[in-house]
Amino acid sequence: MAEHAVVAEDEVDLSRRKFLTRATIATGTVGAVFATVPFIESWSPSESARAQGIPATLDLSKIEPGQMTTAVWRRSPIYVVRRTEEMIARIAGHDALLKDPNSENSIQPPYAHNALRSRSSEFLVLVGTCTHLGCLPKQRFGAGELYPSWPGGFFCPCHGSRFDLAGRVFSGSPASTNLVVPPYQYPNEHTLVIGADEKGVA
Amino acid sequence: MGVKTATGAPARLPGADATGRGSLWIWLNKRLPIGEFIESQLIGYYAPKNFNIWYFFGSLALLVLVMQLVTGIFLTMFYKPGELTSFDSVEYIMREVDYGWLIRYLHSTGASAFFIVVYLHMFRALLYGSYRAPRELLWLIGMLVYLALMAEAFMGYVLPWGNMSFWGAQVIVNLFGTIPGIGKPLVEWIRGDYGIADATLNRFFALHVAAIPLALLLFVMLHLVALRQTGSNNPDGIEIKARLGPGGKPLDGIPFHPYYTVKDIVGVGVFLVLFALVVFFKPTLGGLFLEAPNFEPANPISTPEHITPVWYFTPYYALLRAVPDQRMGALLMLLAVVSFFFLPWLDRSPVKSMRYRGWISRTALALFVVAFVALGYLGLQPATGAYVVLARIFAVLYFAFFWLMPFYTLIDPVRPVPERVTYHAH
Repeated sequence: MAEHAVVAEDEVDLSRRKFLTRATIATGTVGAVFATVPFIESWSPSESARAQGIPATLDLSKIEPGQMTTAVWRRSPIYVVRRTEEMIARIAGHDALLKDPNSENSIQPPYAHNALRSRSSEFLVLVGTCTHLGCLPKQRFGAGELYPSWPGGFFCPCHGSRFDLAGRVFSGSPASTNLVVPPYQYPNEHTLVIGADEKGVA
Repeated sequence: MGVKTATGAPARLPGADATGRGSLWIWLNKRLPIGEFIESQLIGYYAPKNFNIWYFFGSLALLVLVMQLVTGIFLTMFYKPGELTSFDSVEYIMREVDYGWLIRYLHSTGASAFFIVVYLHMFRALLYGSYRAPRELLWLIGMLVYLALMAEAFMGYVLPWGNMSFWGAQVIVNLFGTIPGIGKPLVEWIRGDYGIADATLNRFFALHVAAIPLALLLFVMLHLVALRQTGSNNPDGIEIKARLGPGGKPLDGIPFHPYYTVKDIVGVGVFLVLFALVVFFKPTLGGLFLEAPNFEPANPISTPEHITPVWYFTPYYALLRAVPDQRMGALLMLLAVVSFFFLPWLDRSPVKSMRYRGWISRTALALFVVAFVALGYLGLQPATGAYVVLARIFAVLYFAFFWLMPFYTLIDPVRPVPERVTYHAH
């Protein structure tokens, strides 16, 4: 063995070398994974975006019976429809044509998990984005407006999804679930607050 | 050089060596192997001598890429990403920046031109079996270029912040919401807000001008490196490396430079004429290259009557709408793109090129092209009645081309492949 050799061949501890190599790779990998966290997290809604997502308030007395108004909550249009008795009557009777007539696979707070999908029978409150891919369904409230047996409701121009006057989706639509009901409450008779209920702010 | 000495040998310029190269050239090459690179990659790269018109589109794609980078860099000098500034800054470019309209139209027309040449380039691969062994990786890397290009085009389309930009972003980002379990938080993470917002626009801008172009350049470079390793396929689908002449060069190959650089310049000339015609006379191409609803500012509470993507995405869009279920539709759309990746292993024909394949393979390819174009048309139409039925028929044809390939390519009556490429001197 030459005098200037750093380590003689038989002095190399291969298992120690292998262990150190693997430990370095493992530590480096864990470190690299953790290093991605701030970059990934930076894409989440920022504090100001979250702050702007506070509940929205609407004065209900300004909506005429049979009309709809659109509020904005968390950048989503919120449809508020003041349904007449005649419109409410048109919600019943076509359960067989719906994908999810009892709203079992759809999103709504427990107090809107009923036949009319609302807290009070008069006002329908819906997130106005199609559950298919997020376009805005248009109001087609008149009976027969789309076709003779049409009971009135919403029609999405993008991909042709159809919903009734309780926001329930018709079979044959690309959307699979009913329109979403956001959390909401009535602090008094004429005021609607969207985005907050008894359980707190959404 | 015209200067001759009395002995007839070329006069040697001061500082030049025996090859006539100057001393600067020698100085440079001792430090940076420019000459070696040109020699090995352009002159020493032998390409089959029987290339036809289908072989223009690779170099044209490279040309369009460079054009997009240059025009894109200039657009970023005037464009201001932001909910309140984007739309106005694009109008500012169009109306007030000197030649701004030209730079923007070059960029917007370039996007469509990119897809035209890439689709033709991909068709060439289908036609002559260029995705087959030993070029599987070349094909896969090319598909990565295509994916990066789709992401680049989609995000670029959002930047002008017109109403179609907004709603296009809404529809495409919501596609991620169909993933079970993580869909909803994932969509919120992509948008960075409860809706498509300023945060979304700014990150798309960063991805469009920096991240994806870098990825594109990397993939294009890998594509070229892989091409140098396997060599080009050709219309006969014959491996020219199998027959080497004296000197170890393929008998049926010719140096890429000057032969194909000169040929490609002709292609570039024709392409630029057509490109300029669109840029100067029909920059929107009747709403195909730039859609009318996008000349209206983004409006989160008003959906355009018909949301349609730009033409190069419409085949996939038609598939998305062909199924009355959002998750299935999104899955079908994904499968339509992913199917291309499997081609090298789906094709079991004993020959590569369509020239020597039988009627079954030819019919399958023809039907696929018809289905792709028809779906492209249907993606621009409303999703109602007969259009949906047609989209379903063409969807079946589209997928049959890929997934029945292992069977029909085996029973296809192929013809014998010649030993040397077919070539007629001009």
